[in-house]
Amino acid sequence: MDTLALEAKANGQEKKSSAPRPRPKPPKKAKRIVYFEVEIVDAKTKEKLLLLDKVEPTSTILDIKALFHKSNPQWYPARQSLRLDPKGKGLKDEDILQTLPVGTTASFYFSDLGAQIAWGTVFLSECYGPLLIYLMFYFRLPFIYAPKYDFSSSKHWVVHLACMCHSFHYVKRILETLFIHRISHGTMPLRNIFKNCSYYWCFAAWMAYYINHPLYTPPYYGQQQVKTALIIFLFCQVGNFSINITLRNLKCPGSKVKKIPHPTKNPFTWIFALVSCPNYTYELGSWMGFTVMTQCLPVAFFTIVGFVLMTVWARGKHRNYRKEFRDYPTLRSPILPFIL
Amino acid sequence: MASTEEDGSVEEKENNNKKRTKSAFAVAWLTFYNIAMTAGWLVLAMAMMRFYIQKGTHKGLYKSIARTLKFFQTIALVEVVHCAIGIVRTSVIVTGVQVCSRIFMVWFITNSIKQIQNEESVILFLVVWTFTEITRYSFYTFNLLNHLPYFIKWARYNMFIIMYPLGVAGELLTIYTALPYVRKTGMLSMRLPNKYNVSFDYYYFLIIVMLSYIPLFPQLYFHMLRQRRKMLLGEIIVEKDE
Repeated sequence: MDTLALEAKANGQEKKSSAPRPRPKPPKKAKRIVYFEVEIVDAKTKEKLLLLDKVEPTSTILDIKALFHKSNPQWYPARQSLRLDPKGKGLKDEDILQTLPVGTTASFYFSDLGAQIAWGTVFLSECYGPLLIYLMFYFRLPFIYAPKYDFSSSKHWVVHLACMCHSFHYVKRILETLFIHRISHGTMPLRNIFKNCSYYWCFAAWMAYYINHPLYTPPYYGQQQVKTALIIFLFCQVGNFSINITLRNLKCPGSKVKKIPHPTKNPFTWIFALVSCPNYTYELGSWMGFTVMTQCLPVAFFTIVGFVLMTVWARGKHRNYRKEFRDYPTLRSPILPFIL
Repeated sequence: MASTEEDGSVEEKENNNKKRTKSAFAVAWLTFYNIAMTAGWLVLAMAMMRFYIQKGTHKGLYKSIARTLKFFQTIALVEVVHCAIGIVRTSVIVTGVQVCSRIFMVWFITNSIKQIQNEESVILFLVVWTFTEITRYSFYTFNLLNHLPYFIKWARYNMFIIMYPLGVAGELLTIYTALPYVRKTGMLSMRLPNKYNVSFDYYYFLIIVMLSYIPLFPQLYFHMLRQRRKMLLGEIIVEKDE
């Protein structure tokens, strides 16, 4: 039902309760809803998979996916990608059928996105892993180092500090995943959990092995180096947290409207003036701090690889912002002010 | 890691246009490069044959061709650049992996571990490489000149069927033979404690390299088999959704 008819109806009802006055009769619209016919075709083989008739014009793509799931139970909605063009972009779940550029017979091309997993599950496994793995090395559980070192404790205080920082970082991430992050797409391909977990877990083990090693060498410049690095690390952790809070406050729950983030009263968010994705900038800063604090080459490697990945993501997000908003601030760079 | 949507579609279209209207300069450079590499590997092949005919043994053969081999194999790094800038339509990663594995064999195994230079396995992979590279570069050359003799196309898409496994066998045997020498000399290895807080054991690294052939080789092999079906037999292959 279009909004005009709805408004007219509401107006009519309101006016009935007040004193009767001569009023123009609401146009009597014949209650004829034009039902759509939806055809779902396989994007690769062009084989017709399903024909749905009598589809409400106000149904969303998600409704259609649900109907498709009924006849093909192995493809739950999260795994379906429906497109208007076999090589085009997938339609969003909230798109309404009658707003799409189709006639009353709509043809959608279907492709299977493969088994999906909730993003929350992936994020949490990514974070719990390193947290626990690092602690295993910190407490020097058996079979990691020579037996005489089992359950012993390092004599360098920087090793204890590093454990606290590393654990703090991942606990913070876990809490953010549970309470702060709002992600637009609910799922990701199943293989991502293996990919992502291997990455985080293996690097965590590699770093933790050397930092907690009995033959660990503390930083060359001693206390000064560690203290400076700690300040950088904490500064960037607070910064990253501020950015995540700011990004969360941009989105109202359930709304999929995208907005441009701007600097707020919090000084840590002032970097938005120069950078599109300051959460990545602060993350890089944290890991650089951790590298200097521990003076450990595997940590430096992890920082560099992370930096490359985050730059790729930041540039993608920056490009999306520029495409979506005509008036996007031109001073901003994706991840490093003025440089990258 | 939040895997973001790939937004390369716009860039891909630009790249495709670039490739379609390949600049005359790119074609000229590629033709020159491929002719030069064909010539280089032919020189290697002839030097190897001449050595064997004259000396009757393969001992000392590697040493005689070492410099030429290192030169031409290292120059192949430029092919990764070709893919990166788009004048060759192949994945950077596939080319990168192939070139890196060759560079690794030449510089970090046969060049560094003198004791294995007279092994038969070295001759095996050298012969395979020479044959494969001559076929491959002449294929590219003729393709660029738009006059591809069928026998070269046939050779490129058929000989690999025995050459690849033979080459892999030669390489793996060589690495395996080198292991005891690596362990004894402790070359390229770093132990704790040190100020970078890292350690590296070349011996175990080599074992991991050997194990990595298990997943990697079939992928390359089946890729070539698919290419063969497409190019030689004209089959249309529908890629499965991953």
